[in-house]
Amino acid sequence: MSGFTFPKGGIHPDEHKELTEHLAIEEMAPPDQVVIPLSMHFGAPAQPLVKKKQEVQEGEPIAVVEKALGATIHSSVTGIVKAIEPRPHPTMVRCDAVIIDRDPQAPPRIYEPQDWRKIPREQLLAKVKEAGVVGLGGAGFPTHVKLSPPPSAKVDTLILNGAECEPYLTTDHRLMLEYTNQVIEGAKIILKILGIKKCVIGVELNKPDAINILTKALAQDSGKDDFEITAQGMEVKYPQGSEKQLIYSLTKRAVPGGGLPFDVGVIVQNISTTVAIYEACALYKPLYEKVATFSGRAINRQANLKVKVGTLLQDVVNYLGGTKDLLKIVSGGPMMGFAISEMDVPVTKTTSGVLFLDSSETDTGEFGPCIHCGWCMQACPMGLAPKEVALYVEAGKGHLTTKFGIMDCFECGCCAYVCPAKRPLVQFARLAKIAVKKHG
Amino acid sequence: MWTVSATLMPVLLLSIYNFGLRSLILTVISVVSCVVIEAICQKVMGRKVSVSDGSAVLTGILMAFVIPPGVPYYLPIIGAFAAIFIAKELMGGIGYNVWNPALVGRAFLQAAFPVAITTAWIPPEQLAKAPITVFLSPGSVDAISTATPLGVLKQFGMAALTDQFGSLSSIYYNFFIGFKPGCIGETSGLLILLGGLFLIFRGIITWHIPVATIVSAGFMAWLIGGPSIGTGNPIVHVFSGGLMLGAFYMCTDYVTSPTLKSAQIIFGAGVGILTVLIRVKGGYPEGVCYAILLMNCLTPALDDWFQPKRFAPPKAAPVAASK
Repeated sequence: MSGFTFPKGGIHPDEHKELTEHLAIEEMAPPDQVVIPLSMHFGAPAQPLVKKKQEVQEGEPIAVVEKALGATIHSSVTGIVKAIEPRPHPTMVRCDAVIIDRDPQAPPRIYEPQDWRKIPREQLLAKVKEAGVVGLGGAGFPTHVKLSPPPSAKVDTLILNGAECEPYLTTDHRLMLEYTNQVIEGAKIILKILGIKKCVIGVELNKPDAINILTKALAQDSGKDDFEITAQGMEVKYPQGSEKQLIYSLTKRAVPGGGLPFDVGVIVQNISTTVAIYEACALYKPLYEKVATFSGRAINRQANLKVKVGTLLQDVVNYLGGTKDLLKIVSGGPMMGFAISEMDVPVTKTTSGVLFLDSSETDTGEFGPCIHCGWCMQACPMGLAPKEVALYVEAGKGHLTTKFGIMDCFECGCCAYVCPAKRPLVQFARLAKIAVKKHG
Repeated sequence: MWTVSATLMPVLLLSIYNFGLRSLILTVISVVSCVVIEAICQKVMGRKVSVSDGSAVLTGILMAFVIPPGVPYYLPIIGAFAAIFIAKELMGGIGYNVWNPALVGRAFLQAAFPVAITTAWIPPEQLAKAPITVFLSPGSVDAISTATPLGVLKQFGMAALTDQFGSLSSIYYNFFIGFKPGCIGETSGLLILLGGLFLIFRGIITWHIPVATIVSAGFMAWLIGGPSIGTGNPIVHVFSGGLMLGAFYMCTDYVTSPTLKSAQIIFGAGVGILTVLIRVKGGYPEGVCYAILLMNCLTPALDDWFQPKRFAPPKAAPVAASK
């Protein structure tokens, strides 16, 4: 199966998945207060629909984006709006948020299963939009937009991204094991919305149990609907789950720089997003809960938790028994995640995991000068020259780095991982992109 | 860096066996002066003192390896000054130097002390018989009676060299194992080859530069090394002088060699061709040092000419514009 991989670069970082891959998804008790940021998606921030002291129900829309690109936001608890004010945000530093005090007496909301097969595709798409589903792989691109490609694009294949190539993270792995039918039904809903037949679920071979369970479920399911869904193992190599690499691995089609997957007839959805689409269309349940991996050796108990959106990290840490020798908090995976400096940031729709790293997992050494070993160029899956970009940025000439294809860089971090001088090549690349945008 | 230095230790041991403790003393002096000069430079220039990265140690070892064993003990100190202060720290420190520091040190010594650097050879045979005290005495050893095989080859031709070593197979054997006059650390093709293969096996260097260097040097030696075209002896040229050491340890320096494999093959081929051109057509019997320094000049250009092959670069007209 080694044929299912991407052609250039890539690395094999320590996986650290053993910390959480065998732990079943556990529902965390809702916190007394949630802080729901109004920006958890790609696009314009949502405008609040609620006022201070207003009563809100679990699953009720509390903020919408009217005209621009964006996604609806729902309350994750039943309670009373305490305030709408700027609060810390995992990636935006600070952002307006709706703060809701939970009513401890309110029972959890129950969602009745619906038969999505009876609903026409336009209404399914509307359900996805109403539920505020966004791409949960990290960028948070509104899913209803992604599911309406322009008529010029000839999409023929849906790819579900179950690669989960980031170390530590195991949410998609657990979802594939425990929500197998929801993943498959979700895939069918997307296929119906897109009006196509073919779907490939790409899974890295380090998750054989997920591949097995999917293959079995798909075999049992075959013939039930007129869809062609398969599960495909892929070589274990980071960044196998990166959109362009994944598409190449499974279809041997290359998305050109600056292009989007539908340019080569493909739509990619994350496993978590697929489950959210299923819940939106088959349960009419909006997206306000998130399964995320809380891992790292600095937290007392690692877990795959189903958390209400807006739950503060501090509450999660308390729930998991506190931390020891905590040196660094990372939102997302260690390769592409962002460092967080405070505990009062909330879990958002796009939080796939939070890592609490101790001194054995963190390298705080200083970086040295480039010695031109070229390892970064071998590791780069896009065939770029990270070392040159970094030197240009250091010399104040970041705006001249387009010739190295800097705009194709998706910041996977392979270059920085292999750099013997521990140079922060991703940060240099980000600075280069800013300089390019500024000076063209 | 430390691994690279470690793989050179067998070469040093053979050199001590061949040329006496002078080899060890000269190497130690070279290493210590490189480290001390680097530390002083970094301190004075307000840089972070980084001698513990092992690069000055490696420069020291390599510079000692390319000077003759009979030179005065103060020579490596002067060489270290040129290598570390001029070729490395003045250029901006590690990563910014254009030329291989050890070779700049050697080239500086060759210009400043032309007699010592080209005549202070010690014949390995003579060493076995001579009392060890001779080699510990300060100053230059009176061992001018001998010359390097390349010197013999240049002045008297292949027949004289065969005479000196008895037979052609004796030349091959002695050259390959390393029992011949030459610089401290360049006589043994075998030990350098083993060290180089270890570095390739460990992924520290790749085969591209050494193979390109050796193959092109061998080809050029065959082509123009003999009395008429196509009659030269490639094996003698490949295993003599500093070619093996240069191919595996000098050319493969990350900083001063190109990054991409394709550019590395051009680089190695350039070194091989220039080496034999200097040896056969130039004024010096040996050309590795200048060949590498010349190709070092071309490294930035090679890095610019050869860009990595990109994965799915943008098409001429941006496809996403429709959205």
